[in-house]
Amino acid sequence: MDRHRSLRLHIPEPRHRPGEPADFSDLRLPKAGAVERPPVHSSAFEMRDLAYALIRVLDEDGRAVGPWDPQLEADALRRGLRAMLLTRAYDDRMYRAQRQGKTSFYMKCTGEEGVAVAQALALEPDDMLFPTYRQQGLLIARDWPIVDMMCQVYSNSGDRLKGRQMPVMYSSRKAGFFSISGNLGTQFSQAVGWAMASAYKGDHRIAAGWIGEGATAEPDFHYALTFASVYHAPVILNVVNNQWAISCYQGIAGGEEATFAARAIGYGMPALRVDGNDFLATYAATRWAAERARSNLGATLIELFTHRVAAHSTADDPSRYRPADESEKWPLGDPIERLKQHLIGLGAWSEERHETMLKEVEEQVRAAGKEAEALGTLDRGPLPPVSTMFEDVYKEMPWYLRRQRDELGG
Amino acid sequence: MPAMNMVQALNSAMDVMLSRDPDVVIFGEDVGYFGGVFRATDGLQRKHGKQRVFDTPIAEGGILGVAVGMGAYGLRPVAEVQFADYIYPAMDQLISEAARLRYRSAGEWWAPLTVRAPCGGGIFGGQTHSQSAEALFTHVCGLKTVIPSNPYDAKGLLVSAIEDDDPVVFFEPKRLYSGPFDGHPEKPAVPWSKHALGEVPAGYYRIPLGKASVVRAGEEVTVLAYGTLVHVAAAAADESGIDIELVDLRSLRPVDIETIVASVQKTGRCVILHEATRTGGFGAELSALVQEHCFFSLEAPIERVTGWDTPYPHAFEWQYFPGPARVARALRKVMAA
Repeated sequence: MDRHRSLRLHIPEPRHRPGEPADFSDLRLPKAGAVERPPVHSSAFEMRDLAYALIRVLDEDGRAVGPWDPQLEADALRRGLRAMLLTRAYDDRMYRAQRQGKTSFYMKCTGEEGVAVAQALALEPDDMLFPTYRQQGLLIARDWPIVDMMCQVYSNSGDRLKGRQMPVMYSSRKAGFFSISGNLGTQFSQAVGWAMASAYKGDHRIAAGWIGEGATAEPDFHYALTFASVYHAPVILNVVNNQWAISCYQGIAGGEEATFAARAIGYGMPALRVDGNDFLATYAATRWAAERARSNLGATLIELFTHRVAAHSTADDPSRYRPADESEKWPLGDPIERLKQHLIGLGAWSEERHETMLKEVEEQVRAAGKEAEALGTLDRGPLPPVSTMFEDVYKEMPWYLRRQRDELGG
Repeated sequence: MPAMNMVQALNSAMDVMLSRDPDVVIFGEDVGYFGGVFRATDGLQRKHGKQRVFDTPIAEGGILGVAVGMGAYGLRPVAEVQFADYIYPAMDQLISEAARLRYRSAGEWWAPLTVRAPCGGGIFGGQTHSQSAEALFTHVCGLKTVIPSNPYDAKGLLVSAIEDDDPVVFFEPKRLYSGPFDGHPEKPAVPWSKHALGEVPAGYYRIPLGKASVVRAGEEVTVLAYGTLVHVAAAAADESGIDIELVDLRSLRPVDIETIVASVQKTGRCVILHEATRTGGFGAELSALVQEHCFFSLEAPIERVTGWDTPYPHAFEWQYFPGPARVARALRKVMAA
């Protein structure tokens, strides 16, 4: 041993930076259909290789191949396509609204629409969702009115959350969509707690939680896996690996040492690593995990491998830290385009029908936008009554809050 | 009525609530089969089943995260954090989540959970088994904070906390578990069976949150105290011969402002006690409240007697602990003013 050799601190660095061409040559992408589909009662140990694989169903020509093909009817596929298109159109509109000063902040999910939409459709409508901030597609796929979502983004007089939450921190008990927190990761252990409660009560509903790959470093991720594993909680724990946590590439969260799916191996939990831009693969993996959870076989970790096409938020500028052509070069394509090609290949879709649907969702967003803006925008109002600021801190308002409300003069 | 020490009274409160409400579940480190390191959940798993009273991994943040999720489902989780000193990994779930869930969802969800945690020193616990962390929680809007000083209150307050639809942090002064410790470690320990408030009804009863108790009426000085310091105050009054009105706050948030104001307006003097460190402690808030509400009734500056602004030292805990001599000194000082 050379005792005089200096130690070196390793700081992970992405393969490309602004001014360089995007380089994804290191990605190992198995062919569509190549990954086996184990029975849902398989042990985590038997199926540990799946944590390092990548489940893909749609091949280069848009055909569905292999054991993970969920064999969905064309109607279900078109429903998914429409929800993704609507999500994208909604995002574009709200992004512009922020740029026009109508609200303070916005976050798009461009390129990741397939994750939330396919997963929402793969779950039962009364399963409980614990999302993070880039799963607006869950609400849209559950047919939640986008006017209601817009009112939240505008903090206007129609905002059910009374202007208390930053834009995109939606909450909808009716849609089974848990109140979003800005503190990353907290929802993950809460999803497990909800699932444990469901099991305790002998309910039939399962829970699903979402977390970004960056936030897997937070303790709540590990709490969630520990508790889900110990108590066999009926929950699906989803890591959306979109490659970027604001400016930090996934290597800073430890993604170069092991896949995020592989985190599950140490907890004895099955892991599925999925092409998140492949609607069919995402749907099929979620169904597999849901069936496992519903059969009292416990939790599954799913890594959804995707790419954040847009900026982190309206407060971010990705040209400062990644090449401009990154999303264009992303080797797993676009979820909407891929599902569209698949439907066309099936003879169940056409460019003309696609154009018509696109116009239809854009019109739906335009009409909803008008309706929402009639209820107010953050810059111009009307906003909820300011005295509501003091409500809901507790179930009953304590003496000092009544006094503070009077002091404000609400 | 049966005589109970504080641990038995807390156990009885949980037993009663497990029997009354199928949505009550109890969990934490060592609380299940073993019944807790302080025995507070002794026998509850055997009686109510392991689905309702169970052990958890050593992960306070996970315990509270899971409790928030269970609360959102509709259960009433009662989580034990083994020592108040261990609660810090759960701060994010308590402050950012449990405390704000009702607000941020405009009442769509809430966190009807109770966190029990033994607090305070006097057991040679050093800096990691002696802390009184209440002020970190009283600062948080959306949380309620409760500290009982005797078995009767402990049971009634814990029942109220479990039934409350808001999150409650329930600190249990561990030095009071077995008896009404008055700050004299050199004296033989007195058991709760010798104390009137060690008589605890076996069944269901509540003590409302937000209501203080005037445990001793008096004319000369109002003493605001909670937990162990209630008993220390009584000893200090006996030893100094000063006629104090002793207010046991019981709930720190919401605090019973009416009882505080009525007492200070009557006596014109106020001494505030807590075992926690002084700066930014709950005593500072009490002092500000008394000043805001009773300034023109005051005949002397408000005095605080607290733990020093140091960590809790293992070998010097009785020099750290604000015992009867320090309290008596403050009483004499406000009387001399």
